[in-house]
Amino acid sequence: MTDSNGFFDLSRKNISRRAALKGIAAGAGLMAAPGFVRYSQAQSSAPIKIGFQAHRTGIGAAYGRWYEKTTNAAVKLINDAGGINGRPVEIIVEDDGTDPKRGAEVVGKFASQHKTDVVYGTLFSHVVVGSAPTAGELKIPYYVVSEGYHVASGKMNRWVFQPGITDVRSQVTSVAPWVAANLGKKVTMIYPDYAFGYDHRDYFGPAIKAQGGDVIAQIPIPPTESSFTKYLPQIPAHTEVLYHVMVGPGVLTFVKELGEFYGSNKPQLFGFIDSLEAVDINSPGLEFLDGSHFWEGSPRYAQANDSEAQKAYRKAVGIDDNGASVSDPKDVSTAAHMFGCWETLYVIKKAMEDAGYKGPEDRAKLVEATEALTEFKEGPEHPQGDKIFNGKIHQVFGHQNISKVEGGKLNVVHRTSIEDGIYAPEADYTTQPL
Amino acid sequence: MPFLPHLLLATLEGLVTSAVLALTALGLSLVFGVMRIVNVAHGEFFMLGAVLAWAITSAVTGHPALGFAAALVLSPLIVGFVAWISERLVLSRIEYNPEATIVATIGLLYIIQQLALTFYGPEARPVTPPFNYRIQLPWFGYSGYKLSIIAASALLLIAAWFVLTRTRIGLVMRATQYDRETAQAFGIPVGRVYGAVFALGAMLAAIAAVLIVPISQAHYLMGLDPLLLSFIVVIVGGLGSLRGTVVAALLIGVSDGIISVFFSPTLAKIIATLLVALVLVFRPQGLFGAATK
Repeated sequence: MTDSNGFFDLSRKNISRRAALKGIAAGAGLMAAPGFVRYSQAQSSAPIKIGFQAHRTGIGAAYGRWYEKTTNAAVKLINDAGGINGRPVEIIVEDDGTDPKRGAEVVGKFASQHKTDVVYGTLFSHVVVGSAPTAGELKIPYYVVSEGYHVASGKMNRWVFQPGITDVRSQVTSVAPWVAANLGKKVTMIYPDYAFGYDHRDYFGPAIKAQGGDVIAQIPIPPTESSFTKYLPQIPAHTEVLYHVMVGPGVLTFVKELGEFYGSNKPQLFGFIDSLEAVDINSPGLEFLDGSHFWEGSPRYAQANDSEAQKAYRKAVGIDDNGASVSDPKDVSTAAHMFGCWETLYVIKKAMEDAGYKGPEDRAKLVEATEALTEFKEGPEHPQGDKIFNGKIHQVFGHQNISKVEGGKLNVVHRTSIEDGIYAPEADYTTQPL
Repeated sequence: MPFLPHLLLATLEGLVTSAVLALTALGLSLVFGVMRIVNVAHGEFFMLGAVLAWAITSAVTGHPALGFAAALVLSPLIVGFVAWISERLVLSRIEYNPEATIVATIGLLYIIQQLALTFYGPEARPVTPPFNYRIQLPWFGYSGYKLSIIAASALLLIAAWFVLTRTRIGLVMRATQYDRETAQAFGIPVGRVYGAVFALGAMLAAIAAVLIVPISQAHYLMGLDPLLLSFIVVIVGGLGSLRGTVVAALLIGVSDGIISVFFSPTLAKIIATLLVALVLVFRPQGLFGAATK
């Protein structure tokens, strides 16, 4: 199309074919040259911003600190390898105080003020439950590294994912057969009196019943409780297995008081390591736990058969063979959960790459790309083990470890299969409009 | 578990709560009785005592009892000093105006809490008890250290009673409480007495915290519960009454122990709150408090 002045008639400018080829060659050479800006292939080299909703203070603080260390280690590796879609990743941290109300505010802050691409990182289930509606309203993908059954149950919304760590329902379902076969069939449960504890209450009972066992008593404890002796007489005398899961500052006291109450004449103990995350297993008063068993997501202590990926991961996050910080042996990590941060970041990376994610306008595409994922292979990106992902319930399924306290260490004695933890899905987020 | 051992356990638990509560509430009651100040920061002095106990015990090497003894002496002294400074710098400047002191102590609460968060961190940290002795009863085991808390608290309460009623220091305090102007006219340095009383109140909270910290843990948010319970105790017992404080602490602590063992801890809190309401309606000055002159 030309006008009378020939303004748009490129042919009249007479750019020679030779000149054009030269230009293209020079451009290509520049792109291929070593040391050229790493993020050049992207349309924009602005960083991909991931809002990290961290429990820096409040009862989740110990987890928050290690979630942050793990996140930083994974982001460093991702950036060293070229970032996501050729763009560097930037983590923006906001403290939610382990408080649901503040959690929702933080999600709003990420979406409106920091304008992050996604929100990520939350652990405590009440914070997830409190924040999820805000993420849904603001239509910002919300990748949680929690454990509760809240995501898989269908009670959240289409914007909430849990792709890096298994949920409590899956965990308790897969350990129940081992507990019934090895420890005993009459179980008393002690659990925190809120959503996370209710997942244990609601799903361990049926799982142990399926093995011919029975939950003979259930003792809920308020999460802010600091003394526990008063609950201990409620444990029936014919209890064979005491199933305990606790969170918050009081857990060490709980175990100590259990030790004082029972002495050597105790039932078998099966605990969720949540009770002792970030706590040295050799602390005074914890001798009582010797010979007892714990669930662990990822083992705290280095195991003889650790994969190369697991070894590299431990080195990158800076934990020694005892699961404590390499710079301070007293600083015990939250190894059983924090791998979820590492793996979730790699899931976000994969989904962003699949979606060809460019910016906040592609958030819906990112949700669909995440839902389309099906499995993650064990390896540097998934050091805890291989996993399968159910895009309908936004939940990942993987292996669980059962460890025994022996000689002041936790040794893995059983590793469940992925199938042990699979249950029939009760929801389908993909039917919700984006 | 049979009924009587169950009741014994409940009573022991209740007595431990009472022991710590009596000391904490006595501090609050003393400050109000003498200075007519509602010290909202009282729980933070308690927390500060526990956090310092952690710092001191982790700095002292050797047998845990050495560190604990050092904490029992140093921690209340440091807390008392902090309280004295705040009294001199803040409360005396606003001339103990009742409304202003409430706002000022709320401010103090937040300052202390945030300083603890900044310098100590958000973790809950354990303090090793000076001794680990488990008493095996036929039905259950009980911590020997917990029993020692009851004994220590009883001794401290007797000492406080002795100081307040049998010594010159107590006489001066009571004179200041009775009539500030007259006391001043008789040459009592009221300002210095007030500073000392405020520090003493904080020290009592700190001692209670050092005693309790080996069986709970030091945490920067731990001040709220003791503050609320102390308020309940001083309202029920009567402000400024030593006897009332001890009786109310026993009443609240033991009933809390028994109700929470046999029923639920939530019910125990409901009943305590109900008791406060009833006392306020039928005996506003508290069970043992004197009516305002």
